[in-house]
Amino acid sequence: MGKIYSKKALATQDLKPKKEVVSFLLSYSQALTIVKIENKNFEIIAN
Amino acid sequence: MADLHIPDALLVKKYVDGNEVALSTLIKRHESKIYGFIYSKIADRDISNDIFQDTFIKVIKTLKSNSYNEEGKFLPWVMRISHNLIVDHFRKTKKMPMYRETEEFSIFSIMSDDSLTIENKMIFDQVEVDLKKIIEELPDDQKEVLVMRMYQDMSFKEISELTGVSINTALGRMRYALMNLRKIIDKHQIILTN
Repeated sequence: MGKIYSKKALATQDLKPKKEVVSFLLSYSQALTIVKIENKNFEIIAN
Repeated sequence: MADLHIPDALLVKKYVDGNEVALSTLIKRHESKIYGFIYSKIADRDISNDIFQDTFIKVIKTLKSNSYNEEGKFLPWVMRISHNLIVDHFRKTKKMPMYRETEEFSIFSIMSDDSLTIENKMIFDQVEVDLKKIIEELPDDQKEVLVMRMYQDMSFKEISELTGVSINTALGRMRYALMNLRKIIDKHQIILTN
């Protein structure tokens, strides 16, 4: 078998974001409420 | 498992209607493609995670404020957001480049300490002392011009006014001073290096 000298393309790897990032996004989404008052959006983050 | 067969557009609608699980399904379905896309441009896992997070924060805000109107094109829309954030990232780093230490690249190759080491400082001081001794050997008129020019940083115009000779004479004296310095250095085989 000949050696393969070419580098693996970055995009071909099965890459995933950190679990913490996904977990943060889901918690953020649950906590966030956006209220629209007279064409203005107000973001409310629940603790 | 049933969520896997639900089209993106329906999941988006569910999420907008308040179903938080729909967002989780959307992220799981596309995280690899989106993160892979970001990483292919950035080639840094931490920064890619940051951009992935910022992308979905935008997605969440847009969906929650009912501003999303591209039904059926969820993935290309998210990709476009991440693409814009990647462009922003490169704009920022162009203004303020960040270097990370890797095996091939050492941060010390671009950072250096220009101050002299103790040994070099001692050599420098010795050279200064030797040079002053040699200058003392020069004829007075040449020594005067050389000291005014090199140590007092005066212009030849100022030197000529102060010594009462023409600029050309001052220039000539400087030239002879340097020639004589070289002669003395060669004659005594003095090494002035640092």
